[in-house]
Amino acid sequence: MHEMALCEGLVQSLEAQAAAQDFTKVHKVWLEIGALATVEPEAMRFNFPIVAQGTLAEGAGLEILCVDGHAWCMQCSAPVAIKAHGEGCPVCGSFQLQVRDGQQMRIKQLEVS
Amino acid sequence: MCGVCGCGDNHVHEHDHDHDHAHGHGHPEHAHAPGLTPTRMVQVEQDIMAANQRYADANRRLFAQRGIFAVNLVSSPGSGKTSLLVKTVEALKGEIPVAVIEGDQQTGLDAERIKATGVPAWQINTGKGCHLDAHGVGHALEHLPELQGGILFIENVGNLVCPAGFDLGEAHKVVVLSTTEGEDKPLKYPDMFYASDLMLLNKSDLLPYVDFSVEKAEAFARQVHPSIKSITLSARTGEGMETWLAWLRAAAALARIAA
Repeated sequence: MHEMALCEGLVQSLEAQAAAQDFTKVHKVWLEIGALATVEPEAMRFNFPIVAQGTLAEGAGLEILCVDGHAWCMQCSAPVAIKAHGEGCPVCGSFQLQVRDGQQMRIKQLEVS
Repeated sequence: MCGVCGCGDNHVHEHDHDHDHAHGHGHPEHAHAPGLTPTRMVQVEQDIMAANQRYADANRRLFAQRGIFAVNLVSSPGSGKTSLLVKTVEALKGEIPVAVIEGDQQTGLDAERIKATGVPAWQINTGKGCHLDAHGVGHALEHLPELQGGILFIENVGNLVCPAGFDLGEAHKVVVLSTTEGEDKPLKYPDMFYASDLMLLNKSDLLPYVDFSVEKAEAFARQVHPSIKSITLSARTGEGMETWLAWLRAAAALARIAA
């Protein structure tokens, strides 16, 4: 449900970027979302067109690049890929994992005019 | 120019993972047709939560300046957060400055319960919103005393999903899980237990009557978050409350020293 608030924050960021980088219309937005981020990409896709109505991003496309989660396994002493918090190391099954990557929710680039 | 952080250096950003997607720099994925407004690509590299993070950082700076220990209490609805808070502030008032920010979709009922103890409280109604954000908390602080060297309790909206993603500037998220809920909640809502540093297992007085295993709940929580601490207590009978209060006093003392 908080994806609506995230989309509102996204549109605010686009408005700030429009002033800073001199554009008036956003045609497409590329986001990078990690597998461990507290956001559901499908809910972003659903909410974004609704929130963007009447703004500079009305009708803009949304491209979401999903990034895997990565952690350091204390038992293996090695980096491993993980899909969610609470899932063990895919190699040894240990839960002693330190998350390294996959929590990001970033705006990567925009197509604008 | 560095394409990651936008600075002028030609330094290398370390990555221990591979990106499996194409970086479409500079080329919009369409053909340019005559007569249409030409489009261009701009690189942004900004966190979607950047706006909330700016407010959270400002709150955190304010807490640091005043030596305030801020706790963000999160749980599902009905875990007993407000009852626990009432007992907690009753025990601490007169000893440490305390104040409470209450978050609910509607009503000022929770803030009224806190104010009845004589402790200052401010209610935020989120309306249709499912979480507190750092901006709202910053404004709520304007309605509370300075709280120099004290403890600020922020009771978030009862929701084990959305508040996990919103930093309010707190020192710790503390998740309350009650014995009338399933002990498997940490596995069902891992993001919240991953975001929290302390788990309070509330309503311990009901343990003889419910099928809730403290050991299993703690094991599940540590599966999600290996370093999470756990205190079993009952706001109703007072069992375990001294451990929770000792944790708060110690953390508040450290926040005061650091200010």
